[in-house]
Amino acid sequence: MNIHEYQAKELLTKFGADNPRGSVARTAVEAEKAARDLGTDSIVVKAQIHAGGRGKGAFTNGFQGGVHLCKTVSQARDIADKMIGQTLVTHQTGPEGRLVNQVLVAESVEIEKEFYFAILMDRATGAPVIVASREGGMDIEEVAARSPEKILREAVDPAFGLQSYQTRKLAKELGFAPGQMRAAGRLFAALYRCFISSDCSMVEINPLVLTKGGEVLALDAKFSFDDNALFRHPDIVALRDIGEEDPREVAASKHHLSYIGLDGNIGCMVNGAGLAMATMDIIKHHGGDPANFLDVGGGASEEQVTEAFKILLSDAKVKAILVNIFGGIMRCDVIAQGILNAVKSVKLGIPLVVRLEGTNVEQGRKLLADSGLPIVTATDLDTAASEIVKLAKS
Amino acid sequence: MSVLVDKNTRLVVQGITGKSGAFHTRNCMEYGTNVVAGVTPARGGEKFDDKVPVFDTVHEARRETGCNATMIFVPPEFAADAILEAADAGVELIVCITEGIPVMDMMRVKKLLQSSPSRLIGPNCPGIITPGQCKIGIMPGYIHQPGHIGVVSRSGTLTYEAVWQLTSRGVGQSTCIGIGGDPIIGTTTLDAVQLFAGDPGTHGIILIGEIGGSAEEEAAAWLKEHCDKPVAGFIAGATAPPGRRMGHAGAIISGGKGTAAAKKEALREAGIAVAETPSTIADTLLAVMK
Repeated sequence: MNIHEYQAKELLTKFGADNPRGSVARTAVEAEKAARDLGTDSIVVKAQIHAGGRGKGAFTNGFQGGVHLCKTVSQARDIADKMIGQTLVTHQTGPEGRLVNQVLVAESVEIEKEFYFAILMDRATGAPVIVASREGGMDIEEVAARSPEKILREAVDPAFGLQSYQTRKLAKELGFAPGQMRAAGRLFAALYRCFISSDCSMVEINPLVLTKGGEVLALDAKFSFDDNALFRHPDIVALRDIGEEDPREVAASKHHLSYIGLDGNIGCMVNGAGLAMATMDIIKHHGGDPANFLDVGGGASEEQVTEAFKILLSDAKVKAILVNIFGGIMRCDVIAQGILNAVKSVKLGIPLVVRLEGTNVEQGRKLLADSGLPIVTATDLDTAASEIVKLAKS
Repeated sequence: MSVLVDKNTRLVVQGITGKSGAFHTRNCMEYGTNVVAGVTPARGGEKFDDKVPVFDTVHEARRETGCNATMIFVPPEFAADAILEAADAGVELIVCITEGIPVMDMMRVKKLLQSSPSRLIGPNCPGIITPGQCKIGIMPGYIHQPGHIGVVSRSGTLTYEAVWQLTSRGVGQSTCIGIGGDPIIGTTTLDAVQLFAGDPGTHGIILIGEIGGSAEEEAAAWLKEHCDKPVAGFIAGATAPPGRRMGHAGAIISGGKGTAAAKKEALREAGIAVAETPSTIADTLLAVMK
């Protein structure tokens, strides 16, 4: 789940992590008020969409750039007026772009120095680790590849949390002057509290800045939340913006199906995440292109299978469908019945290859064979994959 | 021979009275697993299916029945607590099937288990089976056959696929361990291959991995130095896009790390035969065992 920049700022503020003053505006009038409240002639107005590359993006109405610096309150209002309700296209949105429903109006700070600061869960040690660098504002992967000695890593003991000496050590090694160390340490500690309390898998601040005025601020924040923990964070779930998500993925999540849209034309329905990935791989191996990852899970019901199949059929890009099920707990006859139910309400106009194996496989295959539908059945994965690739191309 | 579970395993089931707990307990019992106890708080004194005594706490179950392994089916909100309870009661092997446990909970569990002699398998895993002797988990029993191949995997149904390929070719398994698809797990790929390397009843190993993390690379490096047994590997997720969680919380390529290509390269580097497609996992192992 992703959140907007203004929501990330609100979350930072809630945990006492200093960041530039600002607020969200949903109309030009609100933007004007937000700009006036800042009381400064150094204002930035930023279109709020989840995709990156906003600054270099363009609106479909011809207005250039999703991030603008303003000197006056009325200028901020005019810019907001040109953005809100318009569609912004960036290199990450695809040509269809994203509708801008709100803008962030914030103080534009004068930067003395930029840093990189992130907290993430280190799988190898099973504990949080802080990754920081003096080279902020840039792609951290590049820094790591070019000069790994510039990357600091500080492991945190999960039982005790981030200690004060660790924040001092980080501040010192990042090169903060003695007078700024307290502010830096306070920000690091606040970010750690935010990471733990919000069940994040990552909080990335790039850049974290020292301003010319000597403040230490989180200038941009990227959050990744642990989906498994969302049940205990209704406040974070409320930040979800469905308009920013792939409609196919939204439909799937309603039925507790694990779905990820891709660019190919072969729809896949598989049980189990590993097998679903492996099925995508074997399609590619035979020269085809999967349209999605779809895991119906270990114990999906007939209804879930029906809904999953409908999602595949509703995707105009899908030219053929491969169903690959290894029924363990899930019975093959349940899968077969789910498919037949879906085809009853949505016409099957494209080729379908089904590979069933495991529990009640004979009943499952019989149901499909007796249906009279043009379904190709395959007994092994390799044949199923080569068959579907052939059919998708014809 | 086998690893971790066999005829002598005495199983307690935490969450035995729940829907899936009850269903899978029955399947395990039918397979021949010796289920000696169940635990559901506030249901102590009952009998599950008129056979298995139910206790309120794992401590009580351990004291009364001498159970030495547990299978956990409690909901994700309470699963971390259930694991810690089993460890505190001294249960040697903890198999946690539950899917969807928050990573922060597992972080604390992992830390506490470091000072406990108990071994955890999972969470979010199909479990462990020594064919013909003991099944702890949700895998279909009939696809397995007793034999000498050790299987370790992060994925459930993909394991069934590989096991079925072996069994269809008349090749049995010593023990199959599903270690689970979460970012923080108990028994790792490396732990599992170490067990198989030291088991005289295991003559060959199948290692099934997927994108994300560096577990396969660590296992490969160890195998290269310490194990002469033939090993075949498969890595799922070659076509997965970066930054997206592919069903399993652990299956995510982030920061250019954990790609299938890098993992396959690490396996090859260690002299492990790599199956290019999931349909050739068994054949890839059998080819290097000749």
